[in-house]
Amino acid sequence: MTFSAAINAALKEELMRDENVFIFGEDVGIFGGCFGVTAGLYQEFGPERVIDTPISETAIIGVAVGAAAAGLRPVPEIMFMDFMGVCMDEIFNQATKMRYMFGGKAKIPMTIRTAFGAGFGAAAQHSQSIEAWFTHIPGLKVVMPSTPADAKGLLVSAIRDDNPVLFLEHKGLYAVEGEVPEGSFTIPLGKADIKREGNHVTIVATAMMVHRALQAAEELAAEGIEAEVVDPRTLQPLDKNAILKSVEKTGRLVIVQEAVKFSSFASEVAAIVSEEGFDLLDAPIKRVTAPFVPVPFSPPLEQAYIPSVASIVQAVKELG
Amino acid sequence: MELNENALLKMYRTMLTIREFEETASTLFANGEIPGFVHLYSGEEAVAVGIISQLEPGDYIASTHRGHGHMISRGGDIKLMFAELFGKKTGYCKGKGGSMHIADVSLGFLGANGIVGAGLPLAAGAAFACKYKKNGGVAVCFFGDGASNRGTLHESLNIASIWKLPAIFVCENNMYGISMNQKNHQNINDIADRASAYGIPGVSVDGNNVMAVFEAGQEAIKRARNGEGPTLIECKTYRYRGHFEGDPTVYRPDEEVQYWKQRDPIEQFKKRLVEMNVLTEEQDQAIRSEVRNLIREGVEFARNSEYPDVSELLTDVYC
Repeated sequence: MTFSAAINAALKEELMRDENVFIFGEDVGIFGGCFGVTAGLYQEFGPERVIDTPISETAIIGVAVGAAAAGLRPVPEIMFMDFMGVCMDEIFNQATKMRYMFGGKAKIPMTIRTAFGAGFGAAAQHSQSIEAWFTHIPGLKVVMPSTPADAKGLLVSAIRDDNPVLFLEHKGLYAVEGEVPEGSFTIPLGKADIKREGNHVTIVATAMMVHRALQAAEELAAEGIEAEVVDPRTLQPLDKNAILKSVEKTGRLVIVQEAVKFSSFASEVAAIVSEEGFDLLDAPIKRVTAPFVPVPFSPPLEQAYIPSVASIVQAVKELG
Repeated sequence: MELNENALLKMYRTMLTIREFEETASTLFANGEIPGFVHLYSGEEAVAVGIISQLEPGDYIASTHRGHGHMISRGGDIKLMFAELFGKKTGYCKGKGGSMHIADVSLGFLGANGIVGAGLPLAAGAAFACKYKKNGGVAVCFFGDGASNRGTLHESLNIASIWKLPAIFVCENNMYGISMNQKNHQNINDIADRASAYGIPGVSVDGNNVMAVFEAGQEAIKRARNGEGPTLIECKTYRYRGHFEGDPTVYRPDEEVQYWKQRDPIEQFKKRLVEMNVLTEEQDQAIRSEVRNLIREGVEFARNSEYPDVSELLTDVYC
């Protein structure tokens, strides 16, 4: 099953299971979503549960917050993560603050789905990875799956969660195939997954970079270096114990993300391991990330922007 | 809702309660007993009472920086409100919200809001939930003339209009966005005119006349409950205090303040009730004394309450 079909299946199952669940956003209805992820849901559940909105990101997220506070379980879609600047107030001042600010007397069960990532010649306003903006906000859970099975299980958990959740889908993963268990299942939020076991180096990678890290691990294995690939899956809250445990085993850490390095998720992981696992390290921590520039359009520039398998292999070798 | 004698007196009492609450809050703030920012509603009581007095349980309200009057109109507990202003653990939000964020979702009160114009899409969302659940509920959003220039107004009124949401957008036009007079911050006289851009009714009423507000609200609420969609109501009013307590209000002339004080919403309503033989001077004194006691008890409760334990710092981030 593809990553895209897995998300579609999760949405469909949750729409069937709970009538308080509804999905809405730009072109999610009759059009089936800009990436086809919501295909068929409008036909099956009708325009009252699968709702096309005007191009109004502020209203999409603001309506979701109000509807969630009033007892529904909205699953809004923001077509591209790059558009989230338009609805930031609704996310970081409204959705994520209400529970705390109201003394625990509000629940905001909403799941924002959005697509991110480079690789499609979409240039700097349709290709960003800005997850770090959101992992910085108390009250928001941030989920970033890398496989179809994870996407399905984590999305079901996100929709059932009583907190605001940001569910990040890398555009390059939509067509990726993978085994997905039969029937309805959940994967808990906040639990990392070891995608490959190894003893020599820990590679923490997210989304598309999990696949590149796994490829790099194969190349390294040919040279006798066994890399352990840890996929946090949920960036906030973060399963830091899984990362520390892996570093305890390997003594070396490389963190790979598509986002730029400065003030990023990779920086946070590096800081946590330095702070809480300094004694476990046999070498300095390495971060493999995009350079500090906007995403370029021209294909060779864009390919140079995205961290490559070779750059991961090289980073591991530099650790000695 | 039928406006019998009891209902009218209750509205009057609520307006007096708001005024007394706000004047007391002003003194408490000046004395240094209340931390943070305090934005008072004195002078605008007719708007909250005119609209909220006719809401049902199950309806929703999204409020503003200046939210005490809305909460009191919704039946908010004065003790819990003062305790919240003081930052005490007995407050509506356990002391984590303060004046600008008093909320009680069980009353359908989605919070005063620290962000100007933020309540507009929230109210549209609550109205969406009412329509989705087919429970007959409506959502009211209060916002100021300053907020009427925010993008949230456009997106929320547009989406509420195309989806025929049971929403009532109530603009409390007190003539100032912080220090900026309406004449300088927009090129229209009546904010109600903006309704035509969304294909919904827009009415402009005297916001110091509680009966005028009531009637406009009645029509809008009826329309919303009938599935005919949202209405924009503009209530022209005036805030007696500055934008926040401590604001020196150098931006407005004294004559303007005096002009509005002569049109005080409470005095106007009292006169009308006396003319209607609903209220005597004696009754008025009794109500005022009752209200003063209620406020005094609220302040005492807040003063005598404890601050939250520091361990509360880390609770309620997630469910």
